[in-house]
Amino acid sequence: METANFYKTEMEFFIDMQRCIGCQACVVACAECETNGQDSMIHVNYVDRAHTIQTTVQVCMHCEDPVCARVCPADAISKDEFGVVHTANTARCIGCSNCVMACPFGVPFKQEKYDLMMKCNLCYDRTSAGKKPMCATVCPSGALYYGTREGMRKMRPQSDPVNHFLFGKEAVTTKVNIMMPKGATMLKVHG
Amino acid sequence: MSKLPVSQEALIQQYGPHLHYAPQEGYTGRDEPDKVVETHCCFCGMQCGIKLLVKENKVVGFEPWMEFPFNEGRLCPKGVQRYLQNNHPDRLLDPLRRVEGKGFVPVGWDEAMDTTVSSIQHIQSKYGKDAFAVLSGVSLTNEKSYLMGKFARVALKTKNLDYNGRLCMVSAGAGNKKAFGLDRGSNNYSDLKHAEVIMVCGANVSETFPTLTYWIWQARDLGAKLVVVDPRLIPLARTADLHLDIRPGTDSALYGAMLKYLVDNNLVDQDFIREHTSGFDAAIDIVKDYTLEWAESITGIAKEKIKQAAQWWGTAKTSFLLHARGIEHHSKGVENVMACINLVLATGRIGKPYCGYATITGQGNGQGGREHGHKCDQLPGNRDINNPEHRKYIADVWGIELSELPMQGYTAYELIEAIHRGEVKGLLSICFNPLVSLPNNNYVREALEKLEFYVAIDFFLNETARHADIILAGSLHEEEEGTVTTAEGRVTRIRQAVTPPGNARTDTAIILELAARLGAADKFSYQSSEDIFNELRIASKGGTADYYGITYEKIEKNMGVFWPCPTLEHPGTPRLWEDRKFATADGKAHFNPTPYRDPGEVTDDDYPVVLTTGRVVSQYLSGSQTRRIGKLVDQYPEPLLEIHPQLAARYGIQQGEIVKVTTRRGAAEFPANIVETIRKDTVFIPYHWAGNKSANQLTPGTLDPISKIPEFKVCACRLEPSGTINGR
Repeated sequence: METANFYKTEMEFFIDMQRCIGCQACVVACAECETNGQDSMIHVNYVDRAHTIQTTVQVCMHCEDPVCARVCPADAISKDEFGVVHTANTARCIGCSNCVMACPFGVPFKQEKYDLMMKCNLCYDRTSAGKKPMCATVCPSGALYYGTREGMRKMRPQSDPVNHFLFGKEAVTTKVNIMMPKGATMLKVHG
Repeated sequence: MSKLPVSQEALIQQYGPHLHYAPQEGYTGRDEPDKVVETHCCFCGMQCGIKLLVKENKVVGFEPWMEFPFNEGRLCPKGVQRYLQNNHPDRLLDPLRRVEGKGFVPVGWDEAMDTTVSSIQHIQSKYGKDAFAVLSGVSLTNEKSYLMGKFARVALKTKNLDYNGRLCMVSAGAGNKKAFGLDRGSNNYSDLKHAEVIMVCGANVSETFPTLTYWIWQARDLGAKLVVVDPRLIPLARTADLHLDIRPGTDSALYGAMLKYLVDNNLVDQDFIREHTSGFDAAIDIVKDYTLEWAESITGIAKEKIKQAAQWWGTAKTSFLLHARGIEHHSKGVENVMACINLVLATGRIGKPYCGYATITGQGNGQGGREHGHKCDQLPGNRDINNPEHRKYIADVWGIELSELPMQGYTAYELIEAIHRGEVKGLLSICFNPLVSLPNNNYVREALEKLEFYVAIDFFLNETARHADIILAGSLHEEEEGTVTTAEGRVTRIRQAVTPPGNARTDTAIILELAARLGAADKFSYQSSEDIFNELRIASKGGTADYYGITYEKIEKNMGVFWPCPTLEHPGTPRLWEDRKFATADGKAHFNPTPYRDPGEVTDDDYPVVLTTGRVVSQYLSGSQTRRIGKLVDQYPEPLLEIHPQLAARYGIQQGEIVKVTTRRGAAEFPANIVETIRKDTVFIPYHWAGNKSANQLTPGTLDPISKIPEFKVCACRLEPSGTINGR
């Protein structure tokens, strides 16, 4: 994978669900990025609108050992030297949806109109040019944030970034962090 | 003759709103724009910085403007999509003339101007100057706002000029003037950062001012307590430390009871009160019986929560109180504002770092527009049109005799009433869509249909303009140079990114030509927007909103300048009252007694449910712009009736069921959205839509006696399920 010279490896992506206001600025901004056409790669959903106004925002977590890539029969998904898991290579992707079903975070989705899987690639066009991802730039609450870990700790001293997840017995480590209460080191999703 | 020339459906088919989406691969030229223009979003009072990408005189996309200090690139979905109002298929490209049975036909500018001017002259000679009125709006820049004010008073010579800020900021403005002698938020938002307690009173920050959310969270990250007062559990309230779920229309009871608690528990700043305020004794005398129990019975908020809020507010060393339309859109909006200010003054936390108070201005230029332009009771510099000295100063600046300067005219809703009873016969509107945004809009429609002549300046054919005789195709935000003043009081630069398409003209050019044809060319001989601003600077000089020391160059160099800024050397004033010299006659901040009284309409057996109205994040005001942008409409396509499951169960209402909502003004149908995030006695409908989807078919025209703001936030309704589920 060819990489540009401007990729700032000290920059990290942070998600803080408690701040999400469900406004969808990230969703519409993602679609303004040059790489996706007008398709957004972000999911913002109400958790259960009847009972709460809470929304969740999900971008690709860029797993250390991406299960989407592992289950891909066409070897269409790759991870680069910076830990960015790229969207399916359009020449290879066969639209089988294995990755869609395998991702523990529910990130990739099949774009039927193209018969392709598409997902967030950490705004590679922007981040490799020294810019922030579009979603984390526009997010008006700071639920999505792109910056240094040190800066984040200083700004949000009551939270800790966490990138270890346990889905049942499946441990997943990701490049993207979620913000959890101070002292947390892992998010156990099941069991 | 201002009835629709053809059917509503035919007009919609031709002029929209149609949904506009960007091409799948984005607009051509986005990757290699001819220019990148640093300007601001055209929507709310935050006025977020944004860069527009321009190719061949078209806005083809945007880039975040990371350096602008308020938002540092952050935007809401409206901001992200705002560029799509450019290149829009509904855009008016020619002046139009109403033709009965045919709709609107394009005409040349000469014909449109001739008809407009002769109609104005006919009405004014037959019925008097004041029989022709102007309704303006504060999405216009300071320059255009100033121009509209001068145009109405000097060229049209009418007293009847008012603006859509009458539906927005006037309660806050009046309350601030009574308390501080000046109408501006006292602090900029950087004072939120180290506030220990932030109280947000009737402000749906995360939907109506999304980028302000970040500033509130910065404080919360450092341990600030957040108290949100709102009948609904709005997104900002979801994680708040305290949500006070207030019954609509009872705000001053809450703040009165909190004031009593502060006094009873010795949580007031006696030194500040003694040295820097007046009226404290009268203010606390009014609330002496406002116990927590009483407040609970009126507001519906558990007394323990009221006590907790008062305790936090009383013991904090730093704090910031924000409010918006939630407490202002009431028949006692000014009283609600003053009740909030009383809490701020009682604790003396103002005029110091991280001790703040501000209303959150709603419209893009809600702040600057009202200071200099088209408010019926004000002259530039926030001067009083009824004050002889103020009048003299402005008459001199404008080069007219004092006797020629009209006195105060009707406020916006009163103007509609005056049209309805036949007193006002002609209307010019710009940047205002009263058929959607005013209450009781069936009445508004009747009024429009009585006009002898109506001319609208707009870039899209909004619902009100469909009733016009002549439409003058005007300009978008990004088609003229100018300035706006943000909710913080920061004067910023709006840049022209493109010129108007087709035969459309800039609003400024249209007004200048109308003024010339009305015989006032010598008073309107500006060559540029900057010329207008430079006259505004002089007109504002010595007023409370003093812009004299602000120049385009200074704004650009500093990314905004906060008024007051009385001299060229002055750096501007981000935080007011640091010197403890308030702008009142006695130099002190004024407590104002705010006895509680009921809202204009209360529930009864016939109308047993409280109806309140508000906004959603993807739409802006009357929707004239945002109901044309595809993704914003997709996000929330139609108004829903938010209702608590217990209230829904009482009427047997199902999720998604069409519900008929009836008030004393009319009835309308909305699909039910059954949610636990609203009070059990209250239903909510967002108001951005027109026609049979308009919430303002139901709202009352009850006005605040001081500010004349309509009471959008509370009325009584009854609910009837239809048996039909939406979409089936």
